[in-house]
Amino acid sequence: MLRDITLGQYYRTDSLIHRLDPRVKLVGTLVFIISLFVVDNFIGYIIAALLLVWVIKLSKVPFRFMVRGMKAIVFLLLIAVIFNLFLTPGEAVFTVWKIQITREGIYLAAFMAIRLVFLLMGSSVMTLTTTPNQLTDGLEKLLNPLKKLKVPVHEISMMMSIALRFIPILLEETDKIMKAQIARGADFESGNLIKKAKSLVPLLVPLFISAFRRANDLATAMEARCYRGGEHRTKMKPLIYQKNDRLAYAVLWGYLAVCIVVGRYAG
Amino acid sequence: MGIVKTKDLVFEYIRRDEEGNVEGITRAVDEVTLDIEQGDFVAILGHNGSGKSTLAKHINAILYPTEGTVWVDGMDTAKDEHLWDIRQKAGMVFQNPDNQIIGQVVEEDVGFGPENLGVPTQEIWERVEESLKAVGMYEFRKHSPNKLSGGQKQRVSIAGVIAMHPKCIVLDEPTAMLDPNGRKEVIRAVRALNDVENITVILITHYMEEIVHANKVFVMDNGKVAMQGTPREIFSQVEKLKSLRLDVPQVTLLAHELRKSGLELPEGILTKEELVKALGL
Repeated sequence: MLRDITLGQYYRTDSLIHRLDPRVKLVGTLVFIISLFVVDNFIGYIIAALLLVWVIKLSKVPFRFMVRGMKAIVFLLLIAVIFNLFLTPGEAVFTVWKIQITREGIYLAAFMAIRLVFLLMGSSVMTLTTTPNQLTDGLEKLLNPLKKLKVPVHEISMMMSIALRFIPILLEETDKIMKAQIARGADFESGNLIKKAKSLVPLLVPLFISAFRRANDLATAMEARCYRGGEHRTKMKPLIYQKNDRLAYAVLWGYLAVCIVVGRYAG
Repeated sequence: MGIVKTKDLVFEYIRRDEEGNVEGITRAVDEVTLDIEQGDFVAILGHNGSGKSTLAKHINAILYPTEGTVWVDGMDTAKDEHLWDIRQKAGMVFQNPDNQIIGQVVEEDVGFGPENLGVPTQEIWERVEESLKAVGMYEFRKHSPNKLSGGQKQRVSIAGVIAMHPKCIVLDEPTAMLDPNGRKEVIRAVRALNDVENITVILITHYMEEIVHANKVFVMDNGKVAMQGTPREIFSQVEKLKSLRLDVPQVTLLAHELRKSGLELPEGILTKEELVKALGL
């Protein structure tokens, strides 16, 4: 049952967005999120919406995949909307018993909802069109300047990609250990929360031992294949900016500039 | 001088109790002297704990000798300056395929070794292609290793080693975790490398069927080399193998028993076909 979990939510297809350099997509997502907080009027959000819709269209990822991630934040969204709606002081629009809804409250709630939805959709576009591996590669290259500050950038990204590779293996192992324990009468289902948590101990101990053993094996195997850290290393798939990447950057900075102008002078 | 040579190799594990005090010393490899020529297919046999894996780890400079010397392509493994050259010349494939695949895509994993060696990008791609073709996994190059069978994963691991252009491959029980089909796949790939590319193969195993194709066999027991010779020479000593707690292939055992009960058969029959011929059927 645990095997069904897929990590990340990469949607395999071939599109302009898929082929973009992961660095562009990382920076793009960041810029998009910043832009959502720069603008605070409807014109700004319409511009953001236009960009989002255009990018989604280009990415060829079906729209329902974008919305699927929304389920996770429905609760958060509701809370944010309700609090903003009822607890913002200002000019009352209508009053029910002691609770009043204000004009400012409606605006704030709407903005909050739009921001959250756009934020999630924006980052979904990135995770749907970029493999976890490309993401770690992109992150390594982007953070490269930090090497001068003695930040072990290469090591961190290597750790991330190894972790990604081992998640499905460890999940499978958890499943196996669980079944072995169930076969010997362990009960993971019933009881209250504390009892359930306690029943996980005999699951976690063997899992940790096995993870350490695997880590040890993997380290030996990597050394046997001449791994000695990031120095003297070449890349099989080096990241090089293409024409499309430069174009995407141009669009991105243009968009940010427009957002700043709109945020400051309009509305 | 051969590609791999050891002289009076000794390796000792120090056992410690929970406080870190020395409890005793285990001699895992005891005065082993070997000489392996370029292009050889060598099998090292032995039951669990006979020291065969420890010996293997010396060839890749993962372990260093306590006493004695190991030379790989003329380089002393105890000298630090040769470390990376040795690891490139003598590749190693381990038992558990899951714990030695680093990449999330088959081709990326095969490229890992050449990347570490600093091979230019274009050449990495060429090496990846040729190595995957050599083990017959080229059509799986875009797959995730998690979705492959055990035998396929192990072939990817072998490709990952070949991509480093080694002169010698050490396989440490590569088939121990595989089903019979996977075992056959892996052994076929290894034999092809030996035949076609003339890469020296050192196969460590406890499956007797796998050593039939070797041209040299070493049997280890208690850290020492207990027997050595061609497979035929080794298998003609059924009683001695049994005393070393090793099984002989069924065909060889059958021929041996038939001989004991009076049939005229040559010693050391290795395959079904040979037995059929010898029996004149």
